[in-house]
Amino acid sequence: MRKLHHIAAACAISAIMLSGTVLAQATATPAAAAAPQKEETGKDIAFNNRKGNCLACHGMPTVPDAQSTGLYGPPLIAMSARFPNKAQLRARIWDATAFNPSSTMIPFGKHGVLTEAEIDKVTDFVYGL
Amino acid sequence: MKQKIIMKLLTGMAGLGIALGAATAHATPESDRQEFIKYYTSKYPNIKVEDYVFGALAFDADSKSQYDAIMEFPPFDSQIEAGRKMWETPFKNGKKYSDCLPSGGKQIAGNYPMFDEAKGKVVTLHDVINDCRVANGEEAFKVGDMKTMGTLTAYMRTLSDGMIMNIKVEGPKAMAAYEDGKKTFFTRKGQLNFACASCHVQNAGTRLRSEIISPAVGHAGHWPVFRGGDNLVTLQQRYQGCFTQVRAVSPPQGGITMNNLEYFHSALSNGMPMKASVFRK
Ligand code: HEC
Ligand code: HEC
Repeated sequence: MRKLHHIAAACAISAIMLSGTVLAQATATPAAAAAPQKEETGKDIAFNNRKGNCLACHGMPTVPDAQSTGLYGPPLIAMSARFPNKAQLRARIWDATAFNPSSTMIPFGKHGVLTEAEIDKVTDFVYGL
Repeated sequence: MKQKIIMKLLTGMAGLGIALGAATAHATPESDRQEFIKYYTSKYPNIKVEDYVFGALAFDADSKSQYDAIMEFPPFDSQIEAGRKMWETPFKNGKKYSDCLPSGGKQIAGNYPMFDEAKGKVVTLHDVINDCRVANGEEAFKVGDMKTMGTLTAYMRTLSDGMIMNIKVEGPKAMAAYEDGKKTFFTRKGQLNFACASCHVQNAGTRLRSEIISPAVGHAGHWPVFRGGDNLVTLQQRYQGCFTQVRAVSPPQGGITMNNLEYFHSALSNGMPMKASVFRK
């Protein structure tokens, strides 16, 4: 439990720091592929099947290139409406089993599947869906 | 009611399977099997339980007709033929497998895994084949070797086609082995934190990327499989694949953990007909 608070706090801070880029990223998504970027974006991480692999389980109805996705988890859509608090969204990605003990979503942060920085980026990406 | 028991099991997995014992104190293999079936059929009332032996294909008519077409002229016939040669070739002492296996090795696969009271542990069909080899002065095969044990059983199991799976769990020691296998099935593991049940119970019938996930009932009878038409995979090889997928260290094939898992997992298919060998994606 204490860990969670810690995370929530940590990510509230990063959320503030990142909020500028979030907006830019969310609106620029369709064109993002055109820009020759070195650094991995939240979308890259979410799509990469060795990293987030979110598409194995989640549809993203508002993202045109999110094709032949799984139906293992609920579609990720209208996230900012459903998660008014971004920290909560991040915490959910960090360890879904903390919210739902029988969740079959991978605890990306708790089990170190993604780094903290990668989770920040994915959260930003998903928050824009 | 029953739904609740399975949900309790699934929730229990989160707590490292601690709830397992409590939730299932009076479960018998047959009542477990019935609960699994109730769980699946209440989610998918239109899918016939007898079709579960086709695994994920039961959930997708297109893939099932592709399967039917491939099974008309199986691309893996030459491997079955190689298995038949192995089966029929006498040992150095002139004896054959059919001389030392029960019923000449025919219509027996559905009795395995079996709890061997004398040995005090579960023995698989692979173990029995190896015992037969060793008793006749041959070296045991490595159970996870697809070229030897895999190929031999790809033929040998065809001798049990149509046999009804009949795994017996009798007596406290057998029950303990069964419970151990069940615990493995329901315990989350690996960096990705899945139990077998996370996918093959909780998410059976749903799509993970492009793969529909099969139910665990009916899983154990149609082995080995030829994935993609020619890649031979035995049941424990498949377990190993699923362990690796969730980034867990797989227990060794032929070891107690794997054999107990196969024991529990096979009992879930009791009453269902066997077939070897089949095509899988
Ligand atoms: C192996 C399957 C799987 C993968 C991979 C996966 N998820 Fe999930 N996810 C689920 C399941 C199942 C649920 C619903 C159960 C729950 O509440 O945890 C879920 C729920 C969620 C929720 C809560 C949705 C809601 O409306 O309440 C969010 C947010 C989420 N996932 C984001 C992600 C992100 C981001 C990724 C990739 C980094 C990801 N998921 C990868 C299976 C998965
Ligand atoms: C993350 C999800 C996931 C987990 C966890 C998982 N599996 Fe699987 N399993 C699959 C998928 C996907 C397939 C291929 C599609 C199918 O046939 O179900 C599969 C296939 C199988 C098959 C072959 C079915 C057939 O008819 O060819 C068996 C047997 C099996 N799994 C057993 C297990 C066991 C035992 C465990 C636990 C050690 C396990 N699985 C854990 C996803 C999973």
